[in-house]
Amino acid sequence: MADIGTLNTMKAAEDPVRGQLDGPRGARPKRNLSRRNIMLYGVLIVVAIYYLLPLYVMIVTSLKTMPEIRLGNVFSLPKDITFQPWVKAWAEACTGVNCDGLSRGFWNSVRILIPSVILSISIACVSGYALSKWKFKGSEVFFTLLLVGAFIPYQVMLYPVVIILRDVGTFLTDIWQGTCGFFTSAEGSCRGRVQLFGSLSGLVIVHSIFGMPILVLLFRNYFASIPEELFKAARVDGAGFWQILFRIMLPMSLPILVVAIILQVTGIWNDFLFGVVYTRAEQYPMTVQLNNIVNSVQGTKEYNVNMAATLLTGLVPLAIYFVSGKLFVRGIAAGAVKG
Amino acid sequence: MAIAESADTVAPERSAPQKRPLRLFRNLSSKIALIPMIATAVIVFMGGTIWTVVYSFTSSGLLPRLNWVGLDQYERLWGTTKWIISIQNLALYGICSLVLTLVIGFVLAAMLDRKIRFEDAFRTIFLYPFALSFIVTGLVWQWILNPDYGVQGVVRSLGWESFTFNPLNNPDIVMFGLLIAGLWQGTGLIMCIMLAGLRGIDDDIWKASRVDGIPVWKTYTRIIIPMMRPVFVTAIVLIASGIIKLYDLVVAQTSGGPGISSEVPAKYVMQSMFGGQNLGQGFAASTMMLLSVVIILVPWALLEFGGRKRG
Amino acid sequence: MKLTTKLLAATAIVSATSAGAVDLEVMHWWTSGGEAAAVQEFATAVNENTEHNWIDGAIAGGGDVARPVMVSRIIGGDPPAAFQFNHGLQAQELIEAGLILDLTDVAEEQGWEDIVNPPSLLDACTYEGRVYCAPVNIHSWQWMWLSNAAFEEAGLEVPETWTEFVEDAPALREAGIVPLAMGGQAWQQNGSFGVMAVALAGLDNLLAVNRDKDASVVRGEAYGQVFQAYADAREMAEGLDVQDWNQATNAVITGEAAAQIMGDWAQGEFAVAGMTAGEDYSCLPGLGEIAILDTGGDAFYFPVTGDPEIEAAQKEMAALMLSPEVQVAFNSVKGSLPIRGDVDLTTVNDCTQKGLDLLANGDTMPSGNQLLSPDTTNQLNDLMTEFWNTPSMTAEDAQERYAQIIEQAS
Repeated sequence: MADIGTLNTMKAAEDPVRGQLDGPRGARPKRNLSRRNIMLYGVLIVVAIYYLLPLYVMIVTSLKTMPEIRLGNVFSLPKDITFQPWVKAWAEACTGVNCDGLSRGFWNSVRILIPSVILSISIACVSGYALSKWKFKGSEVFFTLLLVGAFIPYQVMLYPVVIILRDVGTFLTDIWQGTCGFFTSAEGSCRGRVQLFGSLSGLVIVHSIFGMPILVLLFRNYFASIPEELFKAARVDGAGFWQILFRIMLPMSLPILVVAIILQVTGIWNDFLFGVVYTRAEQYPMTVQLNNIVNSVQGTKEYNVNMAATLLTGLVPLAIYFVSGKLFVRGIAAGAVKG
Repeated sequence: MAIAESADTVAPERSAPQKRPLRLFRNLSSKIALIPMIATAVIVFMGGTIWTVVYSFTSSGLLPRLNWVGLDQYERLWGTTKWIISIQNLALYGICSLVLTLVIGFVLAAMLDRKIRFEDAFRTIFLYPFALSFIVTGLVWQWILNPDYGVQGVVRSLGWESFTFNPLNNPDIVMFGLLIAGLWQGTGLIMCIMLAGLRGIDDDIWKASRVDGIPVWKTYTRIIIPMMRPVFVTAIVLIASGIIKLYDLVVAQTSGGPGISSEVPAKYVMQSMFGGQNLGQGFAASTMMLLSVVIILVPWALLEFGGRKRG
Repeated sequence: MKLTTKLLAATAIVSATSAGAVDLEVMHWWTSGGEAAAVQEFATAVNENTEHNWIDGAIAGGGDVARPVMVSRIIGGDPPAAFQFNHGLQAQELIEAGLILDLTDVAEEQGWEDIVNPPSLLDACTYEGRVYCAPVNIHSWQWMWLSNAAFEEAGLEVPETWTEFVEDAPALREAGIVPLAMGGQAWQQNGSFGVMAVALAGLDNLLAVNRDKDASVVRGEAYGQVFQAYADAREMAEGLDVQDWNQATNAVITGEAAAQIMGDWAQGEFAVAGMTAGEDYSCLPGLGEIAILDTGGDAFYFPVTGDPEIEAAQKEMAALMLSPEVQVAFNSVKGSLPIRGDVDLTTVNDCTQKGLDLLANGDTMPSGNQLLSPDTTNQLNDLMTEFWNTPSMTAEDAQERYAQIIEQAS
């Protein structure tokens, strides 16, 4: 055990330069203001403008009044700034008979997001690790099957998954009532049933299922690029499946964990289809309200409210991106990734 | 330098001498750990796929029902102009999107990896569009590309009266209008994956290539990119699966128009299944989509996994 | 995995017992301002007049988005208490499969047969002699909306018929006005064609095609003229690039365009813009050529749950939705026409009155949804949007392909 623990630090100590590096490690630019550097920043800034333009349009629009939007071009600055669209999007916009805007679904979204992200990433991380370092006969066949799953449009799987959830729910109910009836003799004390379809736990499972192909691929390929020597050394020291995962592999996976979290938080937070199909009205995530605000088929479109609602909904993933930026750098600073 | 080849060569059960009696129990932890994944792959993806294929031979309407009609759905599918156009559009969009996303994603990642200042800020800027749903991406770009209020209008108001940039209302270039929005939304994530990969490259390699006087671009193309093969595979699968599933963006930005000039297969599937209440037709279309995926994916998998066993 | 299963079992167990008052989850796609206010009338009625609670399940995006959700819930064995479909053939399969509650006893008790006007609405809810849905409103497609200001600017009288309108088109062009506003979505283009078909080819021909699926009528001369007129209309709409129907309506409101063919829901937009029917804008039912309106609209269906308490509550709700007070309250806000002839709306303008008169006279016809399967409608949408947006496609091409779709339709 102790051997494995020191292995990492020893490796890092071998190369003193690595300990000091706290960031990127591509070829080092020569001078701070060389011609090449000016070009580099120039290109980056031009590209950044392309990326920022729509954000600018969204923010500006969300601060305009509707008459102004109808008149002007999309790039012009608002003449009288109004925050009313933001207030409306958050607390007043009607979706059906409920007029409390996005705030209604916010906590539902959080309740869906946290267990889904944790479960899906845990399963994928362990699976990817097993697939890359502990292969067995047939493991790659299953992996290929899983990969095909990444290409199936979600909508096609809608009904099959409904049927699977329904039947697994019934099956678990039978088991539950069977075991419960075995231990208690009181009549009627085992009437509860396991409901997967139309419940939060069902939705968490669905998110884990559909996130799995890409996530497993991500982790598998990442772990595959971790040098075999490290793994073998640990094996020789007698470490097993879980020990190697938790002691060696996980500490080295910060950058890929960040990518996985970005992927899942964004995907699950922005998911509309699964949230609306696999839960009931009381548990609808925020995106259902967003869709109702943005996507109303009949009636006037309030573009300013749409944009405010969009930006509000995007805040959680954006916050995650900011936080993850730090982790990205720290993952490198820890001397991880390579042996 | 051994990273590339050692990456996934030696399987552990062969390297470590083991004398376990039963094959089933060999590597048991790994097998247990993979149960959720295997269940997903077999029950959901394989089961769901077989289910879809089976029902594509029926005349199911709103509900899945087993009224066999043979190949009728497929005959109708291939006799429909919209489906043919959808495939052509997807091919065009797919090739452009795949190449451009990879190139832009890698170049941006390589730039950010060059010890620049404000790396955090740039990374967040390139990544933030990914936080916004496709519905909104489509809406915003629909505006920016709007001939009256957007780019064209602004350039014209600056005095260039004859300036024409109206992709969303021109059937010939509408797919590029979608591409602009799609790239804007999707390149950031690929950049992040590339960046994670680049950070995994040993600094010694850079040192060595500098010592040998190899130009930077050559180091990238000859050494770094080949070493990042697994990362590229991940990126390609991610991009390709996104392309196949392209739907929300089209609905939000063009709803398949003008006319049917920006239709895509996933939209055809959805439109048949839920708009036309003809599940059979939708399943037939998605079976064709799946078939093309399998045709591409299985040879690749054989090459990737099968080849090594022999070697 | 074992642990997960255990956790799931622990968290997901729901009680099977329920109390007297029932939570009624109602799914619908009415989410915009006026629509939401109208649904509120239903919800209030249910909450106040019964002991049950209205749980709102609004999903925007129209039937294409909401329908898979509703059907999933039914397949999954966890159906909502009620859901909205357009009246017509959309729910027929669910009824055939025995998934929809039989409302015949409610219909008989409430005398729906006598009060629902036009009777075709109840027919649309009836399958093999039993009633399965509660129609709640009437919307019709056959309207043309004209901007009085636009015609004035071009120095023209507001036309009374489609023919006059076509004659005015060049003068409108000269005045820099787009004669006809058309949105970019397929359903708008196919819907407009349907309106032109009944106006220019007559009701008998339309029914021969849509109801009897007679392809020879499509290939005939009367329909040929419709296709030609539609092809000409393409040019009248050039110069306006809009997607949504209400953006097109907005072009009529601002006077940028002179006219739009669109259903009566467009009137809500004029109202929001503060325009008065007759003064600021005009309306021509049946394009002024023929006095007829179709009776499309919405109906509520109630899935079978197997729980007698819920069933009783569902029936209570169905009866309530058709009651005079609720009908008036709902339709006044929604801007649609009530399904019973014996009530008066609170606010009636010129155009609504024209519609009510046509209903009272029995100048009605079944809607596209009642005659054509969703599958056929979908195919026609695709064809007509292709036709509309492909200048090189001739009227004859479109006519032949239209005929082929009708031939295949059952």
